[in-house]
Amino acid sequence: MSDLIKLTLSDALDGLKARQFSSEELTRAFVDAIEAANPKLNAYVLPTPEKALDMARASDARLAKGEGGALEGAPLGIKDLFCTEGVRTTAGSRIISEFVPPYESTVTANLWADGAVMLGKLNMDEFAMGSSNETSFFGPVVNPWKSKASNADLTPGGSSGGSASAVAADLCLGATASDTGGSIRQPAAFTGTVGIKPTYGRASRFGMVAFASSLDQAGPIAKSVKDSAILLKSMCSHDPKDSTSLDVETPDWPSFVGKPVKGLRIGVPKEYVVDGMPAEITALWEQGRQWLKDAGCELVEISLPHTKYALPTYYIIAPAEASSNLARYDGMRYGHRAGEAKSLTDLYEKTRAEGFGKEVQRRLTIGTYVLSAGYYDAYYVKALKVRRRILQDFENVWDRVDAILTPSTPSAAFALGDQRVDPVTMYLNDIFTVTANLAGLPGISVPAGLDANGLPLGLQLIGKALDEGTIFSLAGALEDAAGFTHKAEKWW
Amino acid sequence: MAIDVSTVRRVAHLARIETPEDRLEPLAQELNGILAWIEQLNEVDVQGVEPMTSCVEARLPLREDVVTDGGDPERVLRNAPKSADGFFVVPKVVE
Repeated sequence: MSDLIKLTLSDALDGLKARQFSSEELTRAFVDAIEAANPKLNAYVLPTPEKALDMARASDARLAKGEGGALEGAPLGIKDLFCTEGVRTTAGSRIISEFVPPYESTVTANLWADGAVMLGKLNMDEFAMGSSNETSFFGPVVNPWKSKASNADLTPGGSSGGSASAVAADLCLGATASDTGGSIRQPAAFTGTVGIKPTYGRASRFGMVAFASSLDQAGPIAKSVKDSAILLKSMCSHDPKDSTSLDVETPDWPSFVGKPVKGLRIGVPKEYVVDGMPAEITALWEQGRQWLKDAGCELVEISLPHTKYALPTYYIIAPAEASSNLARYDGMRYGHRAGEAKSLTDLYEKTRAEGFGKEVQRRLTIGTYVLSAGYYDAYYVKALKVRRRILQDFENVWDRVDAILTPSTPSAAFALGDQRVDPVTMYLNDIFTVTANLAGLPGISVPAGLDANGLPLGLQLIGKALDEGTIFSLAGALEDAAGFTHKAEKWW
Repeated sequence: MAIDVSTVRRVAHLARIETPEDRLEPLAQELNGILAWIEQLNEVDVQGVEPMTSCVEARLPLREDVVTDGGDPERVLRNAPKSADGFFVVPKVVE
């Protein structure tokens, strides 16, 4: 029965509906796989096998009556950023390492309403601040993929590293993730999986532990483009509990996968060529253009002149919003509280010094600095203006193109520990993904090939606001052309 | 705009993060590295550009000003580091 875990979500849903296997059998296979793999991959910070089996049995009862939702009986992993009622939710941080939410996030509530089964909570960078999963209080996640050149443990990327590793290693059918600067798409690219960040406002942020509220968006990591469309459809909804939630209908995205892409115009931004980018990524990008051309698309060279300013802009806006959002962790109403202190202020300072890891402290310090008197205009307001320039870059090309094709990341997965030295080097991981967050646009990463060391590489499609449908169709075309069926060779 | 040790000390205090003296100098260097990289934004012409605070252009929605939740102190206090008799227990804040 261990082959059940290798199914795609779409095939598993068909099998469940046809009663070829029960949700309990399927769930048990995942529970066993997680138990065996987790000591090596560290993808789950909290497996919830009993809850999973209970939910599976309830799904089986519904399926037996011919009832059930779009995800009935499908076992999923949940990034530990989504509050789950009665199930510990930590955001990868010591400061809330024992927090048990009394409420459910809207995204996960939507999944359960559709019949999904929760396998457990997935590891992540602390408060989603990281690109390698090394900032988690629970230790780094390990990528199931290995380089042919070395046996070193590789990063699955971040911040949704647990989600990506679990999907790639068949430890769930699909996973929730979140993306503030690339945290869905970069780990998807590093693990040979599909990840999509929808248009800002599509998925409710209610019950998602906040990092940078104007950028954070939930989305899935999945085994195929179709799976990602099924999951995203279930996750998204209009939610009065999130004031930035869009009051729009959620389209039937799975029906867009497989639609012909003939005649679509694809922008190729010249600014997405960066110094030191491996030749293999340049070649893959070229290959991707050819695939889309063969599928009948028209390629258009475009310019997005403010691209190089996107990351510095992000590293003002995101820490600024974080410094405000994370002010709530003061040790008074919930979370860690330090022991002895001389005064109330001293207690706050000790609580936060003990509770936050080094990268979070660094970003909160930067964020506080750029918001402080005398620097607010020079840094924060300036960044907000450059952000609009970045949005305008996209607005200026949408009359000529329907979507944009870029590499997902400037490199393949790197070894754990490799980029820990210099924060700026680490930040450059998000160079191709962060523009979509700043402009609020949907972006999807599709596995498209392997590098010389046998590691997966991804291509990214960026779409117009609310036009996920077109990038799902194009991603499907890329997936078909690439024929990417590689899996990490099992060593865990 | 180089950040010195005393600025780091002040900002860490504003952020309410206790930072040991021997961390101040390395932190100043890290922050200067990040800020030097951020300085390139000065090249961008933002004359007449409105700051962009959100991707969602819609106005904040309004709802009826009524109580929709509450009356459940046990749930509210469940994660409190310290509580007693339906209240949060916090250190003395007024001397």
